[in-house]
Amino acid sequence: MKEFFTKLISQAKEFFGKLLTKMKAFFIKLKDKTVLFFKNLPQNLKKLGISIVTRIRDWFLRYYNYFKNGDIGVKLSYIFMGSGAFAHKQIVKGIAYLGIELLFIFYMIFNGAGAIRGFFTLGTDFPYSITDVNTGNRIPIDGDNSMLFLLYGVVAIMVIAAFIVVYFMNIRSAYETYEDSVVGKQPQTFRQDLKQLFDKKFYIVLLSLALIGVIVFTVLPLIFMILIAFTSFDRQHSATTGFDWVGFKNFGQLVGTTGLASTFFPVLGWTLVWALCATFLNYFLGVALALLINKKDIKGQKVWRTFFVLTIAIPQFVSLLLMRNLLGEYGPIMNLIVNAGGERVNVFGDTNLARLVVILVNLWVGIPYSMLITSGILMNIPADLYESARIDGAGKLTMFRKITLPYILFVTGPYLITQFIGNINNFNVIYLLTGGGPFGVYSEAAGGTSLLVTWLYSVTNDLQNYKLASCLGILTFVVCSVVSLITYRHSSASKNEEDFQ
Amino acid sequence: MNTEVKNKKASMKRRKTISKATAYTILSILSVLWILPLLWMVIQSFAGPEGSYQNGKIFPDSFSFHWYIQLFTTSNYWRWYLNTLLIAVVCLFLSTFFTIAMAYVMSRFRFKSRKKLQSIAMILGMFPGFMSMAAIYHIFSSVNLAGGQATTAGLIFALILVYSGSAGLNYYVSKGFFDTVSKSLDEAARIDGATNAQIFVKIILPLSKPIIVYTALMSFLGPWGDFIFSNYLLGTNEKAWTVAVGLYNMLSNANIAAQYNMFMAGAVLIAVPITILFLCLQRYFVEGITGGAVKG
Repeated sequence: MKEFFTKLISQAKEFFGKLLTKMKAFFIKLKDKTVLFFKNLPQNLKKLGISIVTRIRDWFLRYYNYFKNGDIGVKLSYIFMGSGAFAHKQIVKGIAYLGIELLFIFYMIFNGAGAIRGFFTLGTDFPYSITDVNTGNRIPIDGDNSMLFLLYGVVAIMVIAAFIVVYFMNIRSAYETYEDSVVGKQPQTFRQDLKQLFDKKFYIVLLSLALIGVIVFTVLPLIFMILIAFTSFDRQHSATTGFDWVGFKNFGQLVGTTGLASTFFPVLGWTLVWALCATFLNYFLGVALALLINKKDIKGQKVWRTFFVLTIAIPQFVSLLLMRNLLGEYGPIMNLIVNAGGERVNVFGDTNLARLVVILVNLWVGIPYSMLITSGILMNIPADLYESARIDGAGKLTMFRKITLPYILFVTGPYLITQFIGNINNFNVIYLLTGGGPFGVYSEAAGGTSLLVTWLYSVTNDLQNYKLASCLGILTFVVCSVVSLITYRHSSASKNEEDFQ
Repeated sequence: MNTEVKNKKASMKRRKTISKATAYTILSILSVLWILPLLWMVIQSFAGPEGSYQNGKIFPDSFSFHWYIQLFTTSNYWRWYLNTLLIAVVCLFLSTFFTIAMAYVMSRFRFKSRKKLQSIAMILGMFPGFMSMAAIYHIFSSVNLAGGQATTAGLIFALILVYSGSAGLNYYVSKGFFDTVSKSLDEAARIDGATNAQIFVKIILPLSKPIIVYTALMSFLGPWGDFIFSNYLLGTNEKAWTVAVGLYNMLSNANIAAQYNMFMAGAVLIAVPITILFLCLQRYFVEGITGGAVKG
């Protein structure tokens, strides 16, 4: 008995020792990669710049040659869109192009030009009210709305960009039809074009359906919000009192020595610590739990698994609000402690305690996820791997260390990266548990457990400080993209896309 | 000799029993930790009319259906429930279509801006999802789908658009699945004269049940769990609230004392059907995630 335990302990020691060295190596590698990333950054940026310049040059050359070599249809299509199509009797196509050009011109005259001007001024005459001399009532006078000016400006820019794309499409298509006619090929009829949309160019149909929503509900609002980071849009400078362009001033406030730096950097630090803890603890404990449940001699594996899966199935805001009450100052757990003679404390009232609690609750929420995923992987490990290992005389422990563990780590590697990014943006757990509190430590509605994203939310929702919210969003993006650039760059998964097909 | 073997066998057996017992003990303790909070929620929802908020006790004094009845007579709960169901069902169809379409295109077609689109999708995914919340709110209020001028139906319509509009960006997992469907199927069909549209509808889609179920499940569950967008967009129009917003407000400082057990009842009523749904489709969930993970 004793000897069994000493053996067990030594094995465990060895296992965790190895795990520790591996993790250490991982973090050292991560550090090296980070250093390398920043060291190579100027060089890579330079490369990027050069490639952009050559691309633009090639592009100009191409359209210059189209003009030089094309027939009259091609040449005319630089001014009247669709001329190339008309020249080859593609009437519907020609009308479509010409119609787009006319619509665009009308739009620019009646709306677009003004919108572009408004985009730069962001409004000059704002609404106010005057007192009626006879009745003494206040009469509102309409005026500009900076927010709408910015919005319509962005829309106008997007319309212009879309028009430019269509314009060059028109030239290219004119030139291609001309080239075809030179070698004696019949130009495509409208019906053939339509048919192609369901065959060779079917992707255009599917993509445009899927991307309209993305452009309207993600790209447009995102560009709008990013631009707000460079304005003075907040409660004092609202849409109707007018805000203006301020350049990089807001970012300076966040990271400079004055202003909000004393709030921003602690929040950023806690965000990273939180993401590390939430990702790796959840992952390793989840894997451990999965291994435990999937042990061969455990009966009722499905039932055990279901117990844990319940927390995934229940919508997060329910389970998290539940936890908040359960752990709250007057919740049953505190009552138990008080009944046992302990002191009543508010666990969400102290920064360190609250941080510990959110990490623990996140384990309760997150372990089942990684357990479920690891269970799925465990069942998928090819049985012949174990078979051949058994033939080679490998013991259970060796098989676990040489087959099971590497397999799990290999398959879930990319999942870990996405989890890390997801945890940087993990709004629900923090906001629904603590709301970002305890407050009072930092300024501008940031609290002891605030992540960048929950801070962003509070700043938008409670303070209407849109410019700050926008800066925070951009900085969160920067953090996420640096993390994934460092980790993705050298992972093979992104390179060998075609290998699986 | 014989006894030695016997001893060894006995010790092996003992070892196995011990390790088994340890495993069962750990599992039991953990299960209790995981189940108890949920059990407590159910118990609290059946509390007597006196309620149990901050009464210093662990379990309610008496039990009744009082709070369930209250939930349906004094709050707009059934309305929130129907709102959420409506939104979830519409999103199920729209989002699933957008996601599957995008994934299929990215997996099967090779065109000039494909890589560029993929990088853009990745970049967009790295911005905090609700950073654009304020912008979306202002965009919608400029067409009266949000803000003071909006009708209840308008608000719900706006939420549907927000939830499903950008679904195309979550194509990655489904693309991983389509990548595993052999391309020789497409080629065979093309030789028989099928167009790409026909191949997609008649060959690929029927083969993709697991990933379609996974995507549909995720699209359906999204609106039930979302709190951020709904809270921000719906504002104070109680009739347009979703379950998440309604329940969250029951716990606001002003309401919590009176509606604490009502919250528990409302939470049970959404947790039960969703849990059942999830458990039934659990297989697809695991397949979806691990399938995507294998592909990276």
